[in-house]
Amino acid sequence: MIPLWMYLLVAAGMFSIGVYGVLARRNAVAILMSVELMLSAVNINLIAFWRYMAPENMAGQAFAAFVFVVAAAEAAVGLAIIISVYRSRRSVVVEDVNLLKG
Amino acid sequence: MEQQCINVIQTMAPCLTSSGVDPGLAQFISILIGVVLVALFPLVLVILLIWMERKVAARVQDRLGPNRVGPFGLFQNIADALKLIIKEDITPAGADRTIFNLAPIIATLSTTMMWAVIPFSPVNIGVDLSIGVLYFTAIGSIGTLAIMMAGWSSNNKYALLGAFRVVAALVSYEVPMVLALLVPVMIAGTLSMQSLVVAQQGMWFIVPAFVSALLFYISNLAETGRAPFDLIEAESELVAGYNIEYSGMKFGLFMANEFMHAFTANLLFAVIFLGGWSGPGATEVPLLGFIYLFLKTGALYIPSLILRATVPRVRIDQMMGFNWKFLVPVAIVNVVVVAFLLQVTKALGIAPVPGETDFLANLPQALVLFVGNLLTIAVALEMIRRFGRQARSETSGAAVVIAEAHDVPSAAH
Amino acid sequence: MLELNAQTIAFFIFALFALGGALGVVTSRNLIHGALYLIVSLFGGAGFFVLLSAPFMAVVQVLVYIGAIAILIIFAVMLTRGMTQMSEILNRQWWMSAIVGVLLFVMLGLGVILPVWGENGINPNRPVSDNVATTEDLGVALVDGNQYVLPFQVASLLLTGAMIGAIVLARDTE
Repeated sequence: MIPLWMYLLVAAGMFSIGVYGVLARRNAVAILMSVELMLSAVNINLIAFWRYMAPENMAGQAFAAFVFVVAAAEAAVGLAIIISVYRSRRSVVVEDVNLLKG
Repeated sequence: MEQQCINVIQTMAPCLTSSGVDPGLAQFISILIGVVLVALFPLVLVILLIWMERKVAARVQDRLGPNRVGPFGLFQNIADALKLIIKEDITPAGADRTIFNLAPIIATLSTTMMWAVIPFSPVNIGVDLSIGVLYFTAIGSIGTLAIMMAGWSSNNKYALLGAFRVVAALVSYEVPMVLALLVPVMIAGTLSMQSLVVAQQGMWFIVPAFVSALLFYISNLAETGRAPFDLIEAESELVAGYNIEYSGMKFGLFMANEFMHAFTANLLFAVIFLGGWSGPGATEVPLLGFIYLFLKTGALYIPSLILRATVPRVRIDQMMGFNWKFLVPVAIVNVVVVAFLLQVTKALGIAPVPGETDFLANLPQALVLFVGNLLTIAVALEMIRRFGRQARSETSGAAVVIAEAHDVPSAAH
Repeated sequence: MLELNAQTIAFFIFALFALGGALGVVTSRNLIHGALYLIVSLFGGAGFFVLLSAPFMAVVQVLVYIGAIAILIIFAVMLTRGMTQMSEILNRQWWMSAIVGVLLFVMLGLGVILPVWGENGINPNRPVSDNVATTEDLGVALVDGNQYVLPFQVASLLLTGAMIGAIVLARDTE
């Protein structure tokens, strides 16, 4: 069987790439996609730990299922916000959305 | 729990091992052959399907249909496929080449992969996944993606419009489909396709899950883009929809995929609601189960062809309204009603023990559920009748107003 | 250390999918390509779930992420047309972000490989139980009064709230 640390390493890589995307991209949709990457990496970790540490217990999978729910809700609301911002400002670049900046 | 697809293949791995092949490799080869067999079957079948479609459509329109190449025109499609292969393969300027070429492959892949979980007989199934029903729903949603890729990468506004419609429509129609599937899953208490068929030994699920069967059939018509929901193509509005820029065999793949998908949808219907391979003597002779399954599918498929040749296309807003305002509420109510009645029958003690194959033992529960289904559908139809009448009276009133307002100019013309 | 069998090969293919797709998401200039790379990456994740004997999670990943979220993102990209191909896709702090990302990866990687936070997963002698809970157990756990029924209800409320919120936000104000 594949050792646990390999899964964790891949998940860590995905998470770090997601962090880079969130910090560096200008387009709000790209940022949202990077957030999805991070959530997916977390899910891989949850399931991997579940399988190797407590496969007879449901906690890992149940938690991952809730992460799915949160991801779906986050995507729906996030995209709705992006579309509504685009409608009023004709832009999805996060730096252009600065009305509240002092 | 995994069963290999065909018995010959099951015996092949030890056979290869004994002749000196590495055991892992032998198993890999035998699984590979099984996969290739299951995947090739729909691809070969599609030639027959297109012939059938053209023949039925021709009969409906009082024509003969293909009748020149081969007996009854059976080889017409082979000739057509040859023509498509030797045609020039055009990629439009400004197209996203990789995605453009990838789209037909993914579309075909999504349909072919569904066949992996279809139980053809008591022993022949690609993989009896414990989550088979969810699997084919998930794989089906990849098909939507392929159409989206095709529409976007073509760099053509008709293709893009077609793709937009597809995403809106197919994603919406997945909701009543999944909700409809929930009912047989609840009755059988399993998500595995093989166990679903086994649970139908005593009583086909079309009786206790009548509304679900209807919902599943309708949403499958939409999912596979068949009339009256063939807005994906809508020749009269979008020229050809998402595949307008495709030519040669890439177009052929999309075309073949459409027929294959329609047949697969009916096959799934037969498996989930019509008892799949079950029938007299099917457990003893697996080949009979295979024949039963395809007879049932054919009995469903040919009416769907006649439906396609006869009904007009609906508008996109009507299609979406029908889904969200009618199918989804009915599906949700249906799930609640069935879940409630299942508990009631359990409390009354008329529910059959799981694994009961006797028809009479299954009858009481099925009847209770059937009556519940009838009530659901009666209420739904009554409501739609009332709303329809109201809407008609409103629009006819509006029409009168418009006619009065435009009375003089229209008379002058 | 690693025996070369089908599982290992599958793992490396899925790892390639997951990481390559992830890199594609953050580097691709065209957002549609980015969304498709996201799908590749999530597909790799689904493959991992299969290897980790959580088939239900794998199918939900395909159904929810690829079938719904990714398509939603593609839809949003198309609705905000003109923004798909910006001349500058990275902001001014991108190099700092890259450093943060690399540092985070190094830190997490060290934490995974070295026993920084207690016993690590590198120990090959650690027994892995084959007594794996099934999908049925998950279903029961989600509606069992002693287990996760409350989070389950809260999750459904969250989804309802998100749905209403999304409709209100994205609706044309007339």
